[in-house]
Amino acid sequence: MHTRLIHDMATPFSRRRCLAAAAGLALGLAAFSPAKAADDTIKVGILHSLSGTMAISETTLKDVVLMLIDEQNKKGGVLGKKLEAVVVDPASNWPLFAEKARELITKDKVDVVFGCWTSVSRKSVLPVFKELNSILFYPVQYEGEESERNVFYTGAAPNQQAIPAVDYLMKEEKVKRWVLAGTDYVYPRTTNKILEAYLKSKGVAQDDIMINYTPFGHSDWQTIVADIKKFGSAGKKTAVVSTINGDANVPFYKELGNQGVKATDIPVVAFSVGEEELAGIDTKPLVGHLAAWNYFESIKNPANEKFIKEWHEFTKNDKRTTNDPMEAHYIGFNMWVKAVEKVKSTDPDKVIDALPGIETPNLTGGVSKMLPNHHITKPVFIGEIKANGQFDVVWKTPGLVAGDAWSKELEGSKDLIGDWVGKKCGNYNVKTNKCLGSGT
Amino acid sequence: MLAHVFDRFRTIALAIFLTAFALPAFAGPFEDAVGKFANDEFSDTEEAIGVVAASGNPLAYPIISALQDERLMADPDTKKVYIKQTDGKIIDAATGAAVDSIPDSASSVRLNNRLRRTVDAALGGLTLLSPDLSTRMAAAQSVFKSHEETALPTVESALAKETDDVARQALAEARAAILLFKSDASEVDKLEAVATIKARGDQEALAMLSGIGSDQPASVAKTAAAATAAIQNKLAMWSMVQNAWYGLSLGSVLLLAAIGLAITFGVMGVINMAHGEMVMLGAYTTFVVQEVIRTRNPGLFDYSLLIAVPLAFLVSGAVGVLIERTIIRFLYGRPLETLLATWGLSLVLQQAVRTIFGPTNREVGNPSWMSGAFDVGLITITYNRLWILCFTLAVFAVLLAMLRFTALGLQMRAVTQNRRMAAAMGIATSRVDALTFGLGSGIAGIAGVALSQIDNVSPNLGQGYIIDSFMVVVFGGVGNLWGTLVGAFTLGIANKFLEPVAGAVLGKIAILVLIILFIQKRPRGLFALKGRAVEA
Repeated sequence: MHTRLIHDMATPFSRRRCLAAAAGLALGLAAFSPAKAADDTIKVGILHSLSGTMAISETTLKDVVLMLIDEQNKKGGVLGKKLEAVVVDPASNWPLFAEKARELITKDKVDVVFGCWTSVSRKSVLPVFKELNSILFYPVQYEGEESERNVFYTGAAPNQQAIPAVDYLMKEEKVKRWVLAGTDYVYPRTTNKILEAYLKSKGVAQDDIMINYTPFGHSDWQTIVADIKKFGSAGKKTAVVSTINGDANVPFYKELGNQGVKATDIPVVAFSVGEEELAGIDTKPLVGHLAAWNYFESIKNPANEKFIKEWHEFTKNDKRTTNDPMEAHYIGFNMWVKAVEKVKSTDPDKVIDALPGIETPNLTGGVSKMLPNHHITKPVFIGEIKANGQFDVVWKTPGLVAGDAWSKELEGSKDLIGDWVGKKCGNYNVKTNKCLGSGT
Repeated sequence: MLAHVFDRFRTIALAIFLTAFALPAFAGPFEDAVGKFANDEFSDTEEAIGVVAASGNPLAYPIISALQDERLMADPDTKKVYIKQTDGKIIDAATGAAVDSIPDSASSVRLNNRLRRTVDAALGGLTLLSPDLSTRMAAAQSVFKSHEETALPTVESALAKETDDVARQALAEARAAILLFKSDASEVDKLEAVATIKARGDQEALAMLSGIGSDQPASVAKTAAAATAAIQNKLAMWSMVQNAWYGLSLGSVLLLAAIGLAITFGVMGVINMAHGEMVMLGAYTTFVVQEVIRTRNPGLFDYSLLIAVPLAFLVSGAVGVLIERTIIRFLYGRPLETLLATWGLSLVLQQAVRTIFGPTNREVGNPSWMSGAFDVGLITITYNRLWILCFTLAVFAVLLAMLRFTALGLQMRAVTQNRRMAAAMGIATSRVDALTFGLGSGIAGIAGVALSQIDNVSPNLGQGYIIDSFMVVVFGGVGNLWGTLVGAFTLGIANKFLEPVAGAVLGKIAILVLIILFIQKRPRGLFALKGRAVEA
């Protein structure tokens, strides 16, 4: 409620906020825009919030793209040209995302944009990217049910994160009762809808599923944790599947720790808690709680070690953690570079056509591939929280999982596929052999 | 110390040896099992735990307890396993011989939740006869949870020797749990077990009784169902008490956040949108204090909050005075401009903190006296919430006394009631304005110290509290501290009774709607100021 109200209140002052943001931006930009003629550089747009509620997560992503550009320039750039970063600050303000995206494409003439975190910000920039025909790389796990020609989804779709996590709990922990707890917005609601359908298809009764939504930034978790304890005392193994977002996680985990809910009794598997979020809490009471991601900082692998080393050097801080969306940007950036080099052009149409099929190593030892539905193949890892705030991988999928744009669990989307190579359509119905086209 | 520990587990191991008909400790199987820890496979580790725990070898307890604390190190190359003891010495897990150092290739043996449960159960079995009362209690509790049949003889012999009443009770419950799930236990034993567990009457007892499965004799199943219903009734009664407590706790957080605003907005009439940022500054002061303590003098960590309270008051208070002197004093009587200026200021402060401390959450630790919980009847009361409630009431009392009994308090009240008359009486009104605003901000800073214990310390901390704070002050009645107190607790308790019924989202909406309706009826809040002060 708090955040909502503040946003509502903020609307009349959004011009002021723009001004404030613009002032901040001017200061920020001065640091990394070398004066060069536009012709010998390729411009890369970065559209991540550097102020407001989402700055906590998105600032890191801005830094990682800057690092990737820096590394690429050290290798001689792309097509013999240097890459140049253009950073804008949409200030966690969803309409401002669209304005800033337009500014990046029309005024700064960037060839590709890396950006957005929340689904609502992605939805807000979609029409801009379609209208101006540019490319967006979106690095965060999301609810699926979307495949757009101009967007490449390098984060996990529900079948690359939520479903394998539930499978793990069913098989390894023999969980019979499920609490689906989430923040009240589109990603948790859609994910929980998919999970509910999936659990029921596995024979879980309605009575054994408890769904709970909380407002953004919820800080008083006493009642909900007590409810979870109560729900868990029905004699069946219980687990919590958490799509609780952002800041609300810290008080949630603190309350779990204080009320003595141990992972050995009621494990919590989270889809939005990574190394960054754990940095703010004492993790000793949380040992054993789980997270499902496609990447963990603790994964031992030469590529990952090199990436972490470069990250520490770039940020001049060897305590900065790495996380899953950062890896998504790493993969997306390398895919874009490969596609551009393949067609020897940054023309959006050519690059969009070249991207499906491009393969690039990820940081966990595999090779990820861009699929015709603009999602990628990724391994899925289940990690347990350790006392040092890192994750210990306890399970992983045998191979890479291909991302489904449209969930097979939901009635409305099980016959849809995205295929931008053969069918040239993001929502092709395989039953009726029709493309539903835009507007759905 | 070391010798003492060795003695302890030697007696334990001996007891298990005698009671559980343990196999003679052949070097072979035990050493093989220990070697399995080095395979880095969860299934091998599980097997090894079973063999080691049943071996009766004096090293069993140190191995398993080391495993629990991630002190058991295994070298995958040589298949050697080492125990890092709590005093820093290292021994070979298979032989007990002292070792100088652990090879670099060794890493601690990994566990997952299933293995952690196995470890807890094994440790429970190994420590049931420990001379230390709290260890025995913990062991009985973990046996109760795992109800592992193999532990029955040990539980029975421990029960026979136990002299402490509470521990006897715990052991009897553990025994009952085992019997209830033992397929060949007699019906009489099982019925008795159900009665024992029913008498325990908490959520774990409920979980156990409702999870007994369908292979029980009919009479047992029936009694268990009756017992389950009885416990559920009892829990439902307690949940009312629990809601009331949660309401008090939420109310105390609301009061704490709002109390500073009750001064700046309630008493002075300044619509201070940067109030939340004063709270945030207090929380960051706590962070800085803890950082300094961590690097300079870790022993003082438990006192970090006590040190942070006055510092946070000074930091936020100083910023408050600065804001009043540079911005707000030019805007008295122009509420809209004040609103905009303080809103802008809140953005500036947030961004400043983001630039200095980074956008990510900062870790503010809970001192030991703020962590954990205790049970009262069937509800769990967490220490951090309890202390925050006490702290809030203390802050409220001090503030009230200050306004009532000190010269500054008298001047503040005089200036807010009739500024020109106060000036005519020789009160330096602008100085009093600055100090009042500083006081309100300083108290917000103190609130930040307490809120850092339950919420994120991030630049956005204040945003989450600003609306609630205004809500409390307006609902309670502007200009009346008692109104703020009653308003905060009313909203807290109403919220917590609505939440289980309507859910967190709808509950908050309902509260907001109720407040809007209430304000229509009584525009000046619960405790409206009366008399000439209203028109001033």
